[in-house]
Amino acid sequence: MAFDKMELRDIEVWDGNFAAAQALRQCQIDVVSAYPITPSTPIVEGYSKFLADNYIEGEFVMVESEHAAMSGCIGASAAGGRVATATSSQGFALMVETLYQASGMRLPIILNVVNRALAAPLNVNGDHGDMYLGRDSGWIQLDAYSPQEAYDLNFIAFRVAEDHEIRLPAMVHQDGFMTSHTAQGVHTMDDDTAYSFVGDFKPMNDMLDFEHPVTHGVQTEEDWHYEHKARQHNDLMTKVPTKIEEAFAAFEKLTGRKYNQVEKYDMDDADVAVVCMGTSVETAREVASEMREKGIKAGVVGLRVVRPFPFMEIAAALKDIKAIAALDRSSPNGAAGMLFNEIAGALFNTDSKALLTGYVYGLGGRDLTKKHLTDLYTELQANVDAGKVLTPLQQFIGVRGPKLAFL
Amino acid sequence: MSEMKKIKNLKEFSTSADRFEGANLLCPGCAHSIIVREVLNATNDDLVLAASTGCLEVCTAVYPYTSWDASWVHIGFENGSTAVAGAEAMYKALKTKGRLKQPDRNPKFVAFGGDGASYDIGFQWISGCMERGHNMMYVVLDNEVYANTGGQRSSSTPIGANATTSPAGRVSYGETKNKKDIVAIMAAHNIPYAAQVAPNKWKDMVKKIQHGMAVDGPVFINAVSPCTTEWKFDPKDTMHLTDLATDTLVFPLYEIIDGHELNITYRPKNVIPVEEYLAAQGRFKHLFKDQYKYLIKEWQERVDANWAYLNRREEARV
Repeated sequence: MAFDKMELRDIEVWDGNFAAAQALRQCQIDVVSAYPITPSTPIVEGYSKFLADNYIEGEFVMVESEHAAMSGCIGASAAGGRVATATSSQGFALMVETLYQASGMRLPIILNVVNRALAAPLNVNGDHGDMYLGRDSGWIQLDAYSPQEAYDLNFIAFRVAEDHEIRLPAMVHQDGFMTSHTAQGVHTMDDDTAYSFVGDFKPMNDMLDFEHPVTHGVQTEEDWHYEHKARQHNDLMTKVPTKIEEAFAAFEKLTGRKYNQVEKYDMDDADVAVVCMGTSVETAREVASEMREKGIKAGVVGLRVVRPFPFMEIAAALKDIKAIAALDRSSPNGAAGMLFNEIAGALFNTDSKALLTGYVYGLGGRDLTKKHLTDLYTELQANVDAGKVLTPLQQFIGVRGPKLAFL
Repeated sequence: MSEMKKIKNLKEFSTSADRFEGANLLCPGCAHSIIVREVLNATNDDLVLAASTGCLEVCTAVYPYTSWDASWVHIGFENGSTAVAGAEAMYKALKTKGRLKQPDRNPKFVAFGGDGASYDIGFQWISGCMERGHNMMYVVLDNEVYANTGGQRSSSTPIGANATTSPAGRVSYGETKNKKDIVAIMAAHNIPYAAQVAPNKWKDMVKKIQHGMAVDGPVFINAVSPCTTEWKFDPKDTMHLTDLATDTLVFPLYEIIDGHELNITYRPKNVIPVEEYLAAQGRFKHLFKDQYKYLIKEWQERVDANWAYLNRREEARV
């Protein structure tokens, strides 16, 4: 029984979850192995409904935990076909062991991560704790700021991950609830156009090719483990960025929608800049425009590719900036934030004289308001005017009680 | 269509197509390789195999070598079952979509795991696979101990065994808990076939593996695998220990069809006292001290009771 195509309007009103589910449908996944968790559940619910309505051919395996979900994805991917799933937060944490196994086994699985805080205390709302937990796992990590981007980046992810020169899994992140449950206009591709962008799955070392038996998931000790890990890192550092750029260019040609590893807004003549991810980018852009009306040359940098970290692109984007704020939506728990550290590393040894400060915000879904960002830009400008950092290097924004600041 | 392999005698069986190579790092006298070979040799069909982390895995796939001349995957300690379930799902998907490279084949999906991987850490994953009805076989290589990590107790370790985390000592007789009845638990998922097998009874084993591969749905096999290193016996005595396990009825051979129909498949002509099984292994040595001899009697009573229970279930046909 062949599956049916779905007629889409040019612009549909979809939330981030449904946009991701539609992208998975259009990519014609062979196996989805999944377990539900708020706020990502509607992605796999949407997928299973497509299956129930004959808009998909393939297997949907509803397993008993997120660890099993990714385990099933790994087995399915090693067998030789297109594989995807979705999760959030605790489910992501339970998957962590298998995330490293998937990437080390070089299996191009796509994982939609609807970002949510990590317990304790238990919390269902969006922050980037889960995304940060995955940052050393050897996966490609793309960050969507809106339902449109959650849709688009899935196609980019499959195209890059499944490339035989890459063969690495990829995560597509979106903010829990703020993106996943907020309906917006999404420009769609028709089914044939969308599928043509990712193309047919081309198996490699597939277990279902019985003429060429293959052993997946071997043991290596001090003799070979290092080389495997080093080569995986090498491919992330040297091959993946090029493939991502190529995919972005091809996608722009197809749809007119342009993506960059580092997204820049009002950065051409900016003195002060905020670097952030997810839905905060849009808020920061709005506030930056308002700051410009007040005479502060404010800009925004959004990180689109979290891993591999676009070290050079970040350095280039911030080259002439006088004061930079790195906004981390995950508690560093005893260190500077990830973005603060990565940006510091990217700018160190360059000619940049930028004053860099770090801000932690929005944990467990706490709002980042325009007032927060207005105050923040004002602090950055004050640093510029004084020629030095006047505040602590790490501040917590929007937390109740006495102001929390460190370093 | 699946071809039922005909096997005439042990010599033919032992030289039958080797998809598991003799070149591996398992201990001399390890029963794992014997069991794996017996399972694989029961069919001529293509195989998709998985192993959970454990002795079998670390001894057969050390890069850049492999002992497997068949598709094989290892992910982690707990998820060998789900690895094969995922592959089986992909097989179904590609069959539906007409994308199988060799569409005329009839592959079998088999996962191996030790008792640690199966009774303990991977228990939930196996349960999930059995419940979901994947067309797969899960085989436990049951050596009643975490052998790969050096002899810690698992929930398969029997009462009185000396294990490194339940050591016998001045005031301890070793493991204090009874062995988990995993076959009954898995059969309770109402799967089409569950069975206990032993490598010494190879005809019984082949019959069961072939039955398991012929049925549609999940199959669970528990295979006793005497461990020369942790049970502490001479490597040349592996088959003798297996004979003792089956003929003392410590490890009875039976099958459970559709979750309820129990058939005893091997009735020893001469039932050997359990004491002889215990005496043959260093792990039970301390039970022969005066202070613990009562445990040997309890062992015999437990084995007798279990045998009576299995017989009652077989008679009742429920």
